[in-house]
Amino acid sequence: MMSSLLPFSIFFIGAGLALFTKGILRAAIMLAIPIVGAINLYMTPADAASNVTLLGYQLDLLRVDKLSLLFGYLFHLAAFLGIIFSLHVEDRVQHVAGLVYAGSALGAVFAGDFITLFIFWELLAVSSVFLILARRTERSYGAAMRYLLIQVGSGVIMLAGIGLYAMATGSTTIKQIGLQNWDQGFAGMASWLLLLAIGIKACFPLLHNWLTDAYPEATPTGTVFLSAFTTKVAIYTLARTFAGTELLVYIGAGMAMFPIFFAVIENDLRRVLAYSLINQVGFMVVGIGIGTSLAVNGAVSHAFNDVIFKGLLFMSMGAVLYRTGKINGSELGGLYKSMPWTTGFCMVGAASISAFPLFSGFVSKSMVMVAALEEHHSAVWLALLFASAGVFHHAGIKIPYFAFFAHDSGLRPKEAPINMLVAMGLAAAICIFNGSYPWLLYSMLPYPVDYQPYTAAHVLTQSQLLFFSALAFVWLQLRGLYPPELPGINIDAEWFYRRALPAIGHWGRNAAAAVYNEWLGLRGAVVRGANAGLYRLHGPDGVFGRTWPTGRMAFWTTVMLGAYVLTSYF
Amino acid sequence: MAQNHHAPDDGKTHMFDKPENVARVRYALYALCAISVVAELFIHRHVDHPWEVIPFFYCIYGFAACVILVLIAKEMRKVLMRDEDYYDE
Repeated sequence: MMSSLLPFSIFFIGAGLALFTKGILRAAIMLAIPIVGAINLYMTPADAASNVTLLGYQLDLLRVDKLSLLFGYLFHLAAFLGIIFSLHVEDRVQHVAGLVYAGSALGAVFAGDFITLFIFWELLAVSSVFLILARRTERSYGAAMRYLLIQVGSGVIMLAGIGLYAMATGSTTIKQIGLQNWDQGFAGMASWLLLLAIGIKACFPLLHNWLTDAYPEATPTGTVFLSAFTTKVAIYTLARTFAGTELLVYIGAGMAMFPIFFAVIENDLRRVLAYSLINQVGFMVVGIGIGTSLAVNGAVSHAFNDVIFKGLLFMSMGAVLYRTGKINGSELGGLYKSMPWTTGFCMVGAASISAFPLFSGFVSKSMVMVAALEEHHSAVWLALLFASAGVFHHAGIKIPYFAFFAHDSGLRPKEAPINMLVAMGLAAAICIFNGSYPWLLYSMLPYPVDYQPYTAAHVLTQSQLLFFSALAFVWLQLRGLYPPELPGINIDAEWFYRRALPAIGHWGRNAAAAVYNEWLGLRGAVVRGANAGLYRLHGPDGVFGRTWPTGRMAFWTTVMLGAYVLTSYF
Repeated sequence: MAQNHHAPDDGKTHMFDKPENVARVRYALYALCAISVVAELFIHRHVDHPWEVIPFFYCIYGFAACVILVLIAKEMRKVLMRDEDYYDE
């Protein structure tokens, strides 16, 4: 018996309507979808359930509790802001993909069983890839294909994990799993496979590179959608299934730490934000790993705040990219002169991610930090404090400074379009509201909140940390020690599948070809001549050979994913 | 890179075109740092982590963390940096 609609269905129906409409009508439909969806969610009774049977499996499409409701409202809010931000875009592909993508995220967080989760997990991948493809450049095409392979691969690993899990427990219900030992048989293997699948989407270190590869290549509006959903679905799933897994504390600390170094030297400002996205997700992973009610509350509330302030930062950089066609720090600067509103909104986002008092990061990140101390993770706490100073440095200062101030680039673009300004203004207002009045957010958290963010000591210590981080920036600049923004890229884990593996494959094939040629050489000129002809057509530079790099990449990515699976067995 | 004076501003000067305004922002930051240092003398911050007993721990840690971060990142650049079309060939 259903008295309300399934949350994802509203977005899917809306996507269908957006497909066949345009102009004002499509804009009105798109704006109405998250509003109708949020009202529907509000009217959904606490005991609502929806079960369907597919291929003999019972699918639980609607599990309502505080955790799923919080993410449900968050995703409606994020979709609403993203839709406003992209209203000026005349691109059916992006609008439809954005709606399906947001709907898939809702489907995933309300899923009560793993098979439903798997379906939406894969839908997230195949819908969001269009937001990258829609940039319609050669580089975005390559990034989109790599993104799709890795995302779909995550789903395949998840499916393997689900199969083993069902064999071990006789159930596919989503509940706490926790990491189990290898010698636990299927249950042990299932737990590692599921953690790996979630870890890919959550950007665990070395599994993270799809995000910093693909997000900066998406359209100016597409990246705003991308930043909201995929990693947060992973965080939600992790909180459901692996809360209190100690390994996550160290993985999360690593995630909070390593990206800030890359962010400092990265020139593409949206890629800087992509690294800082991983850094913030690291705090959430630590919170889930600690697993106490304070820590999980911290992780979840920080996920909420991060979607808004990271969305705001991606919006401000999206506006810069839209107006100037440039996004490299080395080519920007001085834009405050002609884009003052965008500058101001960006600085609100910067203050929020840096966790300044009265801004949203201040009331959520600290819960994870306090929980780390309470559970005696002394070194992890120091790492998180380092990461807190670091995030202010690269996201709080670097982003606004190199885009809007620094040396004058001479660019005088128009202020962002009105719809972009409205979306940024709303996001900025939410950042300040949640930071100044956290109690509404706290009331939605899964556990009762017994935490007071605004103590004199907390305000003092956080202010000291941030002021002296800023002082360090000024000092480094004045001394000429600060690394200038330079054109160029920095190699990361992706080097292994974009360079090393293809090179090995290339070398192997050349070696084989050489041996083969030697052998053929014994057989006279006629055969050798024929072979040369073949090589001309099919060799690395041949007509047929030109399609190899893509196929080669697909092949080696598959091999690598297979290797992941194997290494998680042994 | 186009320079400031070629910018099409119709003779209009902006806030940070004047070096004294940039200096004012710096002085404001120095003042905030000083205030936060002085405030520690009056606000009791309780100690949960052994390092927090160090006076002005958060000031020192924040400054040192950022300097170390930047210096390490600069060294990383020597190893990791490539041309923009490195993967494009």
